[in-house]
Amino acid sequence: MTLRQPPLADAHEASGATLTEFGGWEMPVEFDSIRAEHEAVRESVGRFDVSHMGQLVVSGPDALGLTNRLVTNDVSDLDPGESNYAAITDDRGVILDDTVVYRPPEEWSVDADYLVVPNAGHDDEMADRWVDHRDSWGLDATVENCTESFAMVALQGREARDLLGAETDADLGDLGRFESTLGAVAGVETLVSRTGYTGEPGYELISPWEAAETVWSALECQPCGLGARDTLRLEMGFLLSGQDFDPEDDPRNPYEAGIGFAVDLDSEFVGRDALEGASVEGVDEKLRGIELVDRGVPREGYPVTTADGDRLGEVTSGTMSPTLGRGIGLAYLPVDVDLDESVRVEVRGEPKKARTTATPFLDR
Amino acid sequence: MNFDVPDDLRYLDSHEWARVDDDTARIGISDFAQDELGDVVFVDLPDEGEAVTAGEDFGVVESIKAVSDIYAPLGGTVTAVNDDLTDRPELINEDPYGDGWLIEVELSDDADPDDLLSADEYRDQIA
Repeated sequence: MTLRQPPLADAHEASGATLTEFGGWEMPVEFDSIRAEHEAVRESVGRFDVSHMGQLVVSGPDALGLTNRLVTNDVSDLDPGESNYAAITDDRGVILDDTVVYRPPEEWSVDADYLVVPNAGHDDEMADRWVDHRDSWGLDATVENCTESFAMVALQGREARDLLGAETDADLGDLGRFESTLGAVAGVETLVSRTGYTGEPGYELISPWEAAETVWSALECQPCGLGARDTLRLEMGFLLSGQDFDPEDDPRNPYEAGIGFAVDLDSEFVGRDALEGASVEGVDEKLRGIELVDRGVPREGYPVTTADGDRLGEVTSGTMSPTLGRGIGLAYLPVDVDLDESVRVEVRGEPKKARTTATPFLDR
Repeated sequence: MNFDVPDDLRYLDSHEWARVDDDTARIGISDFAQDELGDVVFVDLPDEGEAVTAGEDFGVVESIKAVSDIYAPLGGTVTAVNDDLTDRPELINEDPYGDGWLIEVELSDDADPDDLLSADEYRDQIA
């Protein structure tokens, strides 16, 4: 299978980054060291190429009606320049993917009533989903998979605002979380969104594919790969599609996954009735944070047990937290397992002491 | 990339080194191996007195992104373990042939350093 290349592939190659396959894309996993990249974002600023994220442009009279019926959050009250986090569920309420839905500023030269950003490798599947539902519901909307028309660069960290501010005419001053505005970044028309996946203040910048290098090179700071992106998001307890939920291998609904805040049962969407049932009846398991007390690193698939060795679940994501210096992970555990309860994580067959904890693991 | 491959060491193709001194050997992982792994965050090593067998795994080195088994270049009995790595596993990244060593073994009678790669042979392998 040929891997998809981001528009910055040549720049990454020249920088000597280590590359990896992710979601069908060949992406940088590490530029210098995961720890150095992680610390740059926590302490100052770092830049990520996230062009592997999908972009669906949905326009036309029924663009809202279509999109609002396919995501768990209500996006009907978004004004231009606002966006919302949501899950995309099937009729069982199982999470297929998670996404940010943008209503872009009206001045954008791209004719987009709504911009839906699914995860890497889910763009074709979601474009088909939008088109199929449009057709079966007889709606009037265009759906275009523009993933390879846009570059996406994330600039994250407390110094992101000063760094970006020096390179753009966009007004960053009033931009709140999940708000977006238009501006020229190094002369390139860019949708500037105050969103991210790190827990730090920062921006995600959507620019034309051809101009990726202009934007990237103007924002000179620590380049960061998917390795640091993973440790940063995990310290915040943010979900990773395909790992912390997977409709095939580990079907979960938003309440189990801890993203019930992104479900609006007053909105009519695919999966709503099943989720109303789940919200009334409650769920059996919930995604919990796990922090190792003993030394060790929880990894995907490691069993989580009681202190007596009874199985509770397994780790969906785990790492050594560079900020905390301790092993951290996520696991679906029975709801009667309390927070701050002593559990064990089996690391290569050896039970390591751990405790359940609320996420995020960091105060941010 | 240019990796450090000291001439006075012998190597295993799975990127461990051995510094043989009479009937003992100090063992670690190569500069190439630590670079491939990235930031080392955890090591799991045998205790003193345990036996290690040539070519078999005796421990684990974990970086943020990967778990890697470590194989014994030569067989013998563990006589020392680098305890500094418990609190400072990053020594493996910083000084893989020095402060980042893993274990020392008293070699078994059949241990033969000539079974291992020379520095030149190992350089060819990672070239």
